[in-house]
Order: sequence, then structure tokens, then C-alpha cells
Amino acid sequence: MKNFEYIAPTDTLVATQALSAEPGVTTVLAGGTDLVSLLKQGIETPTRVVSLRNIAALRGISKSGGGLRIGAMATVDELLASKAAAPYRSLQAAARGITAPQVRAVGTVVGDLLQRPRCWYFRNGYGLLAMQDGESLVPNGENRYHAILGNKGPAYFVSASSFGPALVSLGATATVAGPEGERRVSVADLFRTPASASERETSLMPNEIVTEINVPSASGWKTSTYEVRQRQLLDWPLATASVAVRERGGRVSDARVVLGHVAPTPWRSSEAETALQGKSLGEDAGAEAGKAAVAAATPLSQNKAKVQLAAVAVKRAVAMAA
Amino acid sequence: MATKYDWPAADDRSLIGKRHTRVDGPAKARGVAKYSYDRNLDGMLYARLVISTVPHGRIIGIDTSTAERVPGYKGHVNIVNVGDEVQWVGSEILAICADTEEHARDAAAAVAVHFEALPHWVKDEDVKKAGEANRVQPAKDDTKGPEMAEAWASADETIEGYYGLGIITHCCLEPHGQVVDWTDDEITVYASTQAVARIPADLARGLSRDESIGDVSADAVHVITPYMGGGFGSKFNIDTWGVACAKLSKLTGKPVKLMLDRDEELMVAGGRPSDYGNIKVGAKKDGTLVAYESETWSTGGIAGRGSPPLPYVYNNEERLAQRARHLNVSTNIGPARAWRAPNHPQAAVLTMCPLEDLAAKLDMNPVDFFKKNADLTARPEVYRYEIDKCAEMIGWSEKWHQRGDSGSGPVKRGLGMSLHTWGGRPHDSTCEVRIQPDGGVSVNLASQDLGVGTYTTLSVVAAETLGLQIPDITVNIGSSKLPVSGASGGSTTVGGTTASTRRATVNALEELKAVVAEALEVGAADLVAKEGKIFAQSDESKSLSWGDACRKLGTRTITGQGKQPDREGGKLNDSGVGGVQMADVSVDVETGIVTINKLAAVQDVGLVVCLAQCESQVYGSLIQGIAYALYEESVYDQATGKMLNPDMEFYKLPGAGDIGELEVHMVQNKYDDRGVIGIGEPPVISPGAAISNAVANAIGVRVPTLPLTPDRVLAALENA
Amino acid sequence: MVSSRHSHDGPADRAGREPRKGFSRRTFIEGVGIGAGAVGALGEPGRAQAAGAEVLGPDPVPITLNINGKNHDLEVEPRVTLVDALRNSLDHTGAKKVCDRATCGACTVVLDGSPVYSCTMLAIEAQGRRIETIEGLSTDDATMHAVQSQFVEHDAQQCGFCTPGLVMAGKAIVDSNARPSMAEVESGLSGNICRCGTYVGARKAVYEAARGGTA
Repeated sequence: MKNFEYIAPTDTLVATQALSAEPGVTTVLAGGTDLVSLLKQGIETPTRVVSLRNIAALRGISKSGGGLRIGAMATVDELLASKAAAPYRSLQAAARGITAPQVRAVGTVVGDLLQRPRCWYFRNGYGLLAMQDGESLVPNGENRYHAILGNKGPAYFVSASSFGPALVSLGATATVAGPEGERRVSVADLFRTPASASERETSLMPNEIVTEINVPSASGWKTSTYEVRQRQLLDWPLATASVAVRERGGRVSDARVVLGHVAPTPWRSSEAETALQGKSLGEDAGAEAGKAAVAAATPLSQNKAKVQLAAVAVKRAVAMAA
Repeated sequence: MATKYDWPAADDRSLIGKRHTRVDGPAKARGVAKYSYDRNLDGMLYARLVISTVPHGRIIGIDTSTAERVPGYKGHVNIVNVGDEVQWVGSEILAICADTEEHARDAAAAVAVHFEALPHWVKDEDVKKAGEANRVQPAKDDTKGPEMAEAWASADETIEGYYGLGIITHCCLEPHGQVVDWTDDEITVYASTQAVARIPADLARGLSRDESIGDVSADAVHVITPYMGGGFGSKFNIDTWGVACAKLSKLTGKPVKLMLDRDEELMVAGGRPSDYGNIKVGAKKDGTLVAYESETWSTGGIAGRGSPPLPYVYNNEERLAQRARHLNVSTNIGPARAWRAPNHPQAAVLTMCPLEDLAAKLDMNPVDFFKKNADLTARPEVYRYEIDKCAEMIGWSEKWHQRGDSGSGPVKRGLGMSLHTWGGRPHDSTCEVRIQPDGGVSVNLASQDLGVGTYTTLSVVAAETLGLQIPDITVNIGSSKLPVSGASGGSTTVGGTTASTRRATVNALEELKAVVAEALEVGAADLVAKEGKIFAQSDESKSLSWGDACRKLGTRTITGQGKQPDREGGKLNDSGVGGVQMADVSVDVETGIVTINKLAAVQDVGLVVCLAQCESQVYGSLIQGIAYALYEESVYDQATGKMLNPDMEFYKLPGAGDIGELEVHMVQNKYDDRGVIGIGEPPVISPGAAISNAVANAIGVRVPTLPLTPDRVLAALENA
Repeated sequence: MVSSRHSHDGPADRAGREPRKGFSRRTFIEGVGIGAGAVGALGEPGRAQAAGAEVLGPDPVPITLNINGKNHDLEVEPRVTLVDALRNSLDHTGAKKVCDRATCGACTVVLDGSPVYSCTMLAIEAQGRRIETIEGLSTDDATMHAVQSQFVEHDAQQCGFCTPGLVMAGKAIVDSNARPSMAEVESGLSGNICRCGTYVGARKAVYEAARGGTA
């Protein structure tokens, strides 16, 4: 781990001003479960770490308007314990999927969104795009855990976020603070697929901080998250799906279907949403939506199974929402 | 022929074979057990390795100039030199030390090593491709038994299939490494090792190869290892990092700690060879096996490895026609190390899986099939008994169904089984037992406790022999200055150390009895030590408490010597055991996820010394078996030559919620007269095959290779 | 290397987020020059100081950690993790360094009542928190915590290297749940890995400890 200086201001603006506008020079520390590993691995080599732990304004989970406010420093445990968050079943399920109590205790919801991809080429120092000699190592390499959608390159990693799909399906927004002020962005737009080595997997500027997530009311929505996970031990899902649906007269009138661990971002499937329209919720509708969700999948040499897993995740999430 | 050393008869045992808590349990549960990694000596420096980043290359430059200017830098030693070749990523190049752990990491990161890249190969499963890369060597072609062509002609049913399992690594939780303190008097080595008595000579030899150091006597080296955090066969040697650590200590005049990082541990300090193969088996209609042929290949790194013993267990050379061919694939990966029951888990998969496939083709219940052919094994009676017992434990007769006949719904349930064997001949051991005038008793030998329960088994043996209780005994192991005892590998420790301890204790007691006999005015042969007393059998009123008996020694200390082997020392141990395991699994055929409902294990180990610790070895084996059956595999990337998962995140191991119900039955009071036999290896052999067979039973098709990950299960279903 | 300066009794220093007095107070303003002007200038110096915006490190920084009810003063670089501070600076070697990447749980300590991985927490960030380590659970074999004595009772250890982490995770379970089901025990241990395979005993031990088993 490269040595760095440390600052833990009590004010968000000061925190953003302590950050560099240049990428890679400074970094933001929240729960640390991912960042400290990246520092040890030498993948992040900032000269300054800006800790958010003293900023009271970033804490807590509360009702806000008709919806839910999740502060940047709110942990997964807080989400699970929060009465305000209890109606958001898809968020609760995603939180329970983070099975290690040690991660839930300090890991934050926002940190989960902003964690770096778990692509093993990236984690072994080959960069976010896993390049060697100008070519990606992934298509002909060990790609069993890589993307099956949105994988035309150069990015093949999958977003590792547990909450991303659920938050996108709920239409959540993020408040982003920078030295010049605040802006709001949909959680969906927080993620992006990098088109070149100079881009990251989020749309944040290096000196911006996500201060909170706002989730609209889920009243009238049926929501769920299903994760295909091999172990009960802390483990990365192989595919996940979060759904949010509204019904009219027992038929689906609005549907949002977002897949996780299948693409470089949480993957909203309009095909699956269309397939659900007008159906009554259940296994059959879920199976159709699952099939639609992966119809355009382009598996790599070793990850064909993920196509099936993603379809099953959608099917089961829809069935659970019913 | 009976001797005074023989184990007490069954009704005369108060401790042996019973359940006891672990002697070192409190120290471990309290976190006060000091492992090598935990040693913090005054003025100690921290060392790190610099390792190869290329899978094959020649070193053309090592530049330490920047590293030497890192704050806190104290010194470095080369392990290899410019001009040398490295053969795998992670290969050790130099060791460097500094005043703090952080500075040591800075210094190591500042070393620049330049390589001339050479061609590499890291893939083993596709033997054709490996052959095209010129990486395949024939290693074995053995034909035994009846004439092969005739045997095949006599077979009514045959199956041919492809089976295998990938490379796994030991992943000891305490990594390899040590703290070395080289002073004028002594080279003290706190090593994480399975071979306390062997390390001094190993280190001395390694140091003496360096002309600048000159001859180092093994007697100058003192190894101290009261606790060690897992070895599983990978920690027999001092290794390059141990020699380098000692050199750094000499160079700096300070104690130096060098423990491997997790990625180094997984890349270079462990590794169980893969095995893949095409297997053909034939049987008559009634299930009688007639022929087995295997063509297998595997890798254990650049130098290859030995071949698995095939066919396994069912290998009678008079009645089963058999041919085993093996190819070695040479790869640029960290070299294989002995992994619990070397070659046997692979052999079990490559034998028991095809056998169950054949049973399925014959429409036979595997229990009947494996029993019917038990005469082809070395111990038919043992296996028949164990199969029946294990079937009862898992509920085989109620739950078993024909292959694939597991109902509608996405979750299918199935049963599978496997048999195994292991030798476990006791290692050589010498022991000294001391009885002090204050009643204190110590057992002294340069053995080690890897977590198997050595402290406890030796306490039990000495206490049983002296009529005392476990807390009355002090077991001193984990120091190379104690009487020499063998390395702990191959299930050799419990047999070797309990024998030397029993003999030493009996000899010490004889001396004490002589003193007591004089005091009580009875014959020494009339005396027995029991329940904390020494008394005359002929007149129990002639009795001394243990404390009073020892006080009669005055200022004298009794030392009893014992050794293994000892021809006059009675039959205290044996080798060769059998075990049977059965698995009950559920498979979600939509996701390919396998979950364990239950594993049952029946194990013969001769005379059980400590029942709880013996069972713990079996429980642990089942869990390690679940790990390699379902989760763990070392993943290598051909383009970079790197192991991509040298971590504990994608090198997957099971957790407490991933193991289902485990039931263990130790066969006691049936083979006790064989004496003590080791337990470390046998039960880890069968889980992979038993679980794979249960999955095949559940889903109706064979998933050819382990670990049985969702992608492999789904692919097998699709190909069916 | 035991480099603990001294320890003193006292409650967790909850106000300890501020660096301790006496340390050379380099303010944020002085620190903004890093990376050749890469960091934006701060408009109001007064506000920066009021906002606790003091740049610490990269050289060793004095910090105070409240461990098992005792305050320990030490000096560490900001990059030093809690597990390294415990083990290397304070000789609290019960917490083990195994995966060193927030996966295996061998470094588990209890922080303000919750189990955490001390390998991915910076020591400087653990200030002002109540840190419980395995060393704080007992003073000798006779005073073992129920989880510890049940680990012994059920032979829930082999090599023992994972044991302190499992015990601390187990303690966090029984502290928060008086009668955990076996499923809840398994769930509470889902951040800990044992290689020897002691889960059967560990599950029973935690389950029984919650139900009052002491030995």
C-alpha cells in the first residue's frame, strides 16, 4: 500500500475541496471494505484519502417526502434495521445477500454502488479493461464470471453492486456534491460502461461525492430481488434480478426489470419489461420475462451458463414479487 | 506375544477411546496460542519477498537501488540471480527487510526485476493442446491381471467416460513462513512447519550452500513451533523464504519475520495436482467387475508428478484385468506439494465415479454393486460392514432411487457413495517421559500438533498408563531440542508418537514401581498404577497416592525412554484402513447449484485414542471434501500465466452454512487389537467421488469434472 | 515489536475523532498543494479548520484506540490497518491476518457491538470506537466467555488459526440474539472461513453458548 495523507473533515464541501479534480490522485473512504483492499493491492494509489466518517450530514436512513433517503455513510446493517426502509423488499433482499455480518456492519449502501468491479484481471493489475498489448484478455481468457450483456467491448467486467439493480428498478436518484455545488443524477446514470482506458465505471468526477440516495415511494409497487448465489458464505452472485411492478386489475401495468452481475452496469431489460406487460404475475410470466431478458445476450467463451442463470433470476424475482 | 507395553484391554481403559476436550483448546479459543506469525521479538524486522511476475523467463536485471533508499530499509538477500530462469509466476527472487511491515512492503515494491520472457504453458485439461505445445510426457503404462482382451470379451456391459478434477491449493490459514533470530549462540527459528525435527538440518543445508555463510551445523538451529496454523502436507521444508529469512537475520543482526502474503501462499506454497482421464470399465450382468482401463493425465507444475493409483481400492490383480496409462503435463505453475492423501482423492473420483456409472447402466443399486465386488478389495469384510453401517446412517434404503428418477420440480435429490483406503504406517519416534519427585509428569518429543490433537493424544496415553488424569500430564512438543520424532505427514503421527510415548511411560513407571515396592515392601510386579494411586493387587491396603509415591524419589527424577519402531515393544500400531462415505445432495437443475443435505462417514482406524479429536479429523475432511467437490479450484490464465484467484474471494471455500449435516461413525472395539492407525488422510479421499455420484443420481447425468460448479452442472444437463 | 507507548484506563474516547492535542497541527490549507495544485484551493481557511480539515500523515500520526476498555496511545501511518496496529504495535495477536482482503474473518474484532474485519479498517478510523478483541474475553482458562468454553467443549478447533475470528463472530451473535436458531448461527458465521473444517463444532458451540452453556 502506497503511503498517503489522511483527512476526515466534518463538512461535505470541505471534503470535496480536499479531493483532486485529477483522477487517481485522491480517493474517498467510507466503510473501507473495498477501498482498503484496492489500496493494498496497489490498484488505487492515491496520495490523499478523504474520509467521510466525521460528516454527520451523510449519516442515517430516513423517510423523506414520500420516499426514502439513504445517507452516504448509512451501512447495510442500518438499512436492514430501518423501519423506513422495510417496505422496500427488493432492497432488503439485496442487503441480506451480503451475507457476512462484518461487511454489513461497516459497508455502506453507497459504497456498494461505487465499489470497483471484481473482474479478476482488474484485481490482478491488468486495468479495468483487462488489456495486455492493446488487447483485452477477457474474450479468449478466463471469462466465466464476465458479462453476457453490454459486452461488445472494450469493457467485459460486470458491475458487482448488490443494490444497483434494485435501486435502478425503484427509480432512485443520487445526490452528488462537488466543489462547485450539488447535482442530482438517476442511479441508473451513475453507472456507465467505460469506452476507453481513461474512463471509469461511474459518471462521478474525481472530486465528487455521492452524499445520499433518494428512493421514491414504493407504495403500490411490488418489488423483489433474486440472487443466484452458490454459497451462503460471503459470495458474489452469479446473476441477480430486481423487479418493481405495478398491477391494474390483476395485470402488470408497469414493470421495471434490472439484472445484476451480467453487464458492466446494472442492466435494465426493456425486453423483459415488455414481456411482463399485461400479464398476471407468477412463474409463467417470469419465465417469459427471463427468456426475453437474455434474448440478446452474447455469451463469451466460458460464460454461457450465465445466460440461463440470468433468465432464472428474472423468473424467480418475478415469481417472488407476486 | 503379550508384552508390558501392550495397550490396556478394552475394559481396562479409562481414557483411551473416550471423548475428551482438547488440551490446547483453551489457548486456541482464548487467542493466546502463539503461532509463528504471532511472534513479536524485540527489535524485530519485517521481510517481504520479491516474486516473479512472469510465468517463464530469464532474469536479466535486478535493481535494488531505489529500494535501498526506502525509509526503514535494512537489507536484502537474493534467492536467485541474474541469468537464472524462473518457471512460474510467484517464483521467489529476493527477500528484503525493513523496520516496519509497511516499509518492508514499500521496499519490496521498489525493487525492479527485468525478465527476458520465455514461452510458457499453464493449461492441463486439454491434453491435445498441451501436446501441441510440447508439454506432454508419457509417465506410466501398467497392465496387470487377467488377459485384457478376454476380460473385455467377457463383459456384458461396459461404460466409457471422461472424469477429472482440477488443481486446488492448500490455503493454510497461517501462511508459510517464520521468524528467525540469529544470535551468536543459536539460530532460533519460529517456523510454521509440520516437521519440527527435520527443519534444523534442512535450514543448515540451505545456508551452507551459500559460500559467504559457510558451514552451519544443524545443532546450531533451534526450531520452536508449539502451534501451527495448518499444513495439510505443504509444510515439510524450510523453503527458500526460510533460508532467506535466516540470512537476513544474520545480515542485520536482528530477528526477522517473513510470512507469505495470501497471494504468494496460494500461488507457490500449495497445490494439489489435477487429474483428468478417459476411463473404461466392464462387468458381467450380475455386476461382477472384469476390466478397468484408464488413460489419465495431470499436472503438478513444471516437473510433473506421480500418477494416481488406478484402479482404486477395487484392484485385485488376480481377478480384475486392469491397465493404467498416465501422461504428465508440464506447466509453468507453482509446483505441487503433498496434499492430504496424495493422489488418492483423484483416484477415488477416477474409479468410484465410473463404477457408479456402470452400476447405473446395470440398473443396480450402488450399495449392492460395491458390496458384490468387495472381494476385489484388500479388506472385503471391513468394507461390507462399513457400507451397511453408512447406508443406515444416510437412510439409503428409504431415499435411494434409480438415477435421474427424482421427480418433477427444479430441485432434484440424490445419493452417492465412495470407498477409500490409506496406509498410515507410523513414523519413527523417540520419546522421553519424566516423573518428578513432586509428582509432575512430562512427555517430551520433537513432534508437532497441526491441529490433529497431538497434545491431547499423548496426554491420554501417559495418563492412562500412569493411572492419572489428563491435566496431570505436561506434553512438551514443538521444539527441535526434544527427542527426535517424525514429520507429521501421511497419517503417521498418532501411531508413531503414541507408541513411543506408551513405551517411555511404561518404562518410567517401572522405575517408580521399583521405588514404591521397596517402600510398601511388596513385589514390584504386584503393583498397579490406577486412579491416582500405586497399590498392590494382592493387598490394596498397601497403597500410595501418586504424590506420595513420587515423593519417595527424594531428589531423583525418573526418565523413561521409548521409541518407535521397537521390536520388543509390543504391537501398538498398524497401517492400512478402509472407509466408506455417502452423500445426500440436492441439485437445482435450473441454476446448477448443488447443496449438501448430509454426508455420512464410517471410518476404521484400529484403536481410537481420543474419540472427539478423531471425529474432528473426519468432520474436517468431509468439509475439505465439500470444498474441492463443489467450490475450490486454482484458475490459471494462459495469456498471462497468472493464477487469477490467489485470494479467498474467488478461491472459494465453504462456510458454516454450506456443509449440511455431517454424521461420523468411528469403528471402535472391532479392530482395536490392530493398535493405533492414523486418521489424517483417509476420510478426505472419498467426499469428491461420493458427492459427484450423488449429483449424478439426482440429475440423471454425470458432471464429468470437479468442482461441481453451476456452469459445469448446467453444461452436463445440456449435453445429456 | 511492541511499540505501544502506554495505555491508560478510560472510556472509549468518543470525541477522539479530532487528532489529539500536541500533534503538530498542519491544517488542510497547508496540505492543498499536493499533486502540483491538483487539489482545489479552499475558499475559506476558517471554515476548513472549523470543519476538522486537518491533513494527517503520511508520516506516523499519534492515535488513541480504545481496546477492551483501555485506551492505548500509539503512532501509526494513516495507511496502517487496525489488524496491523493490533498485531504489530500492540502485540494483540489474537486477531489473525489471513486473507487480508475482507473475506475470511480471521481478523474479526467487535466494534461498537458489531463484528468487523480489522484488515480493511484503517487504525486511524477506529478511533473513538469501542474495540473488543479476543484478548478481552477472558483473563485465564477459568474465566472463558461462554462462546470460548463451548468452542472447547465441542472441539471447535483444529489448527486454531481461524478460531479467534470465529469466536468473535460468535460472540457478536450471542450478544445480539439470546436464542439464535441454527440457521441464524450459520448466517452469523457467514463471514468466517475455516480451512481445517471446524464448522460442525463451531455451530454447536455458538448455539449452546447462547443458551447458557458455559462449559
